[in-house]
Amino acid sequence: MLTNRSLHASLGRTAVLHGITTSAAPGRIVAVIGPNGSGKTTLLRAISGDVAYDGRIALDGADLADLKPWELAARRGVLPQAATLAFPFTVAEVVRLGLTSGTQADRSDLIGRALAEVDLTGFSGRYYQELSGGQQARVQLARVRAQVWDPVVAGRPRWLFLDEPVAALDIAHQIGVMRVLRRFADAGGGVVIVLHDLNLAAMVADDVWLIHDGLLLDAGSPARVIGGSALAEAYGCPIVANRLPGPQATFVLPHGLWAAAG
Amino acid sequence: MVALADTPVLAGDRSIRARRVAFGLAGLLLLTSLLSLSHGASGVRLDLVLQSWLAGHDVPARDWLILWEIRLPRMLTGVLVGASLAVGGAVMQGLFRNPLADPGLVGVGAGAGLGAVLAIVLGGQAPAWVAAWLGWNMVPVAAFMGGWLSTMVLYRVSTRAGRTSTATMLLAGIALGALAGAATGILVYVADDRQLRDLTFWGLGSLGGASWPKIAAAGPVMLLALLAAPFLARGLNGLSLGEAAAHHIGLPVQRVKHVAILTVAAATGAAVAVSGGIGFIGIVVPHLLRLATGPDHRYLLVNAALLGATLLLLADLIARSIIAPAELPIGIVTAVIGAPVFLWILLRRRGLVDL
Repeated sequence: MLTNRSLHASLGRTAVLHGITTSAAPGRIVAVIGPNGSGKTTLLRAISGDVAYDGRIALDGADLADLKPWELAARRGVLPQAATLAFPFTVAEVVRLGLTSGTQADRSDLIGRALAEVDLTGFSGRYYQELSGGQQARVQLARVRAQVWDPVVAGRPRWLFLDEPVAALDIAHQIGVMRVLRRFADAGGGVVIVLHDLNLAAMVADDVWLIHDGLLLDAGSPARVIGGSALAEAYGCPIVANRLPGPQATFVLPHGLWAAAG
Repeated sequence: MVALADTPVLAGDRSIRARRVAFGLAGLLLLTSLLSLSHGASGVRLDLVLQSWLAGHDVPARDWLILWEIRLPRMLTGVLVGASLAVGGAVMQGLFRNPLADPGLVGVGAGAGLGAVLAIVLGGQAPAWVAAWLGWNMVPVAAFMGGWLSTMVLYRVSTRAGRTSTATMLLAGIALGALAGAATGILVYVADDRQLRDLTFWGLGSLGGASWPKIAAAGPVMLLALLAAPFLARGLNGLSLGEAAAHHIGLPVQRVKHVAILTVAAATGAAVAVSGGIGFIGIVVPHLLRLATGPDHRYLLVNAALLGATLLLLADLIARSIIAPAELPIGIVTAVIGAPVFLWILLRRRGLVDL
């Protein structure tokens, strides 16, 4: 269980989070949505242990502030929004960087399996810098997956915190990545993912956190949050949620476009 | 343990090749060391001396003296300085996430030089307890402090939010180098005749002044840096993903950075204190190795030490044979080889870095 209690955080002198209390359960995918500058990334960085915060964050009973970097790394993997790489590493070498603090006994085949999962089999010998942006994003995801390969270790769940992991991907690979996350959650791991694409969030998430101006505006099922009235208020534009028959079939269209043009 | 034949090597995994290269480089260093020992202006031949010694004959005292007091210290100094310069460069490049970060180019060498000159010129005015405590070590310790200060300033200036700007780093390095050079100039101006002679010998950038007391003073500092470097390997690997991701994969980022800065300062400072400014070893050696076996610091740092030592011994051999019996300053040899390589790196990376 990941719990945040009255979380406050600042970037430089600007207060970004103004007291967020929420919790995520392992085995479920939580999508964090909200307009630009609402504090989604800062929230993810806070639970990743990257930024100083006031309040309390607990990861499966342990206070985040008490965990050493290597203890954190054994419990959660993080995919930042913009991943960089300084030197000409090959794809295999990048994925192996994720194994720095890995707890797997048998890791010899892990690089290949992590690459297969993101549809990059056969790319292990290529130079990372020579790949396309979308391929690089998938290599970084494979690295993070390799770090927390088993979703549950010794009865304790592990977590994936991802900031916009599919922004650079084509639609087929977006769905492929979502399947990877679904399997991870179904096997008992926890997933918190920042998403801009509301329809993708509606499709994949079990729970949605709607962030606005550093506050949690709404939380709950996609049908409730993305179908709810708070969404249009948060984004500041008319949004109409539509429902198709069947489960998880909420979708939205930017109706405001026509209103403005007309 | 699984037999190697059973586990096919994953394409892109260069660790086995890197380990083989390490063995090859170790052999090469051994050969070069022997070459360095057996070659000199006096014409004393190592093989003949050893032959007659093993056969039980008397070896002339002069020959022993040349081997033991001149060639062996020179060879050991070359090995230590070459390894330190290459490892200092590799660690600095890993810390700055930039293949152009060479201590000699970005002012760290100049800062260390200023420290050394300070110790030579003003060391006599140091309080008695400092002089007694440091003794012969005053020059290398002062050079270490100078290198450490300039590395810290450079890192603060050129790195924001865990990212280093190449342009800022190189420009800040020019400014730091100019500042240290100006301060050094003032010190040279106020130095007396004896100090000037010391400074001139030191500033030539040569292994010619190698001696046992110098090795005793600066050797431990260099050894410490060389022994610390392998422990930085995983940390520098992680830093190549950026500071945030390095933390995500479980590294104590601040500690890695501090140890890296101290290692760069110790390696560069002690090397500069012994042999003056010898450029380009720190940039050429890591770059060649990254091309050959990849940027994984677990192998890069060890291989850089071996190749750096070998290259410096070779440069020294060239420096003292090309216009024999006179000697060329070794810095000229390394610059002639190294500067074109630096330009080549710039050209290759022109599309990749926003200079």
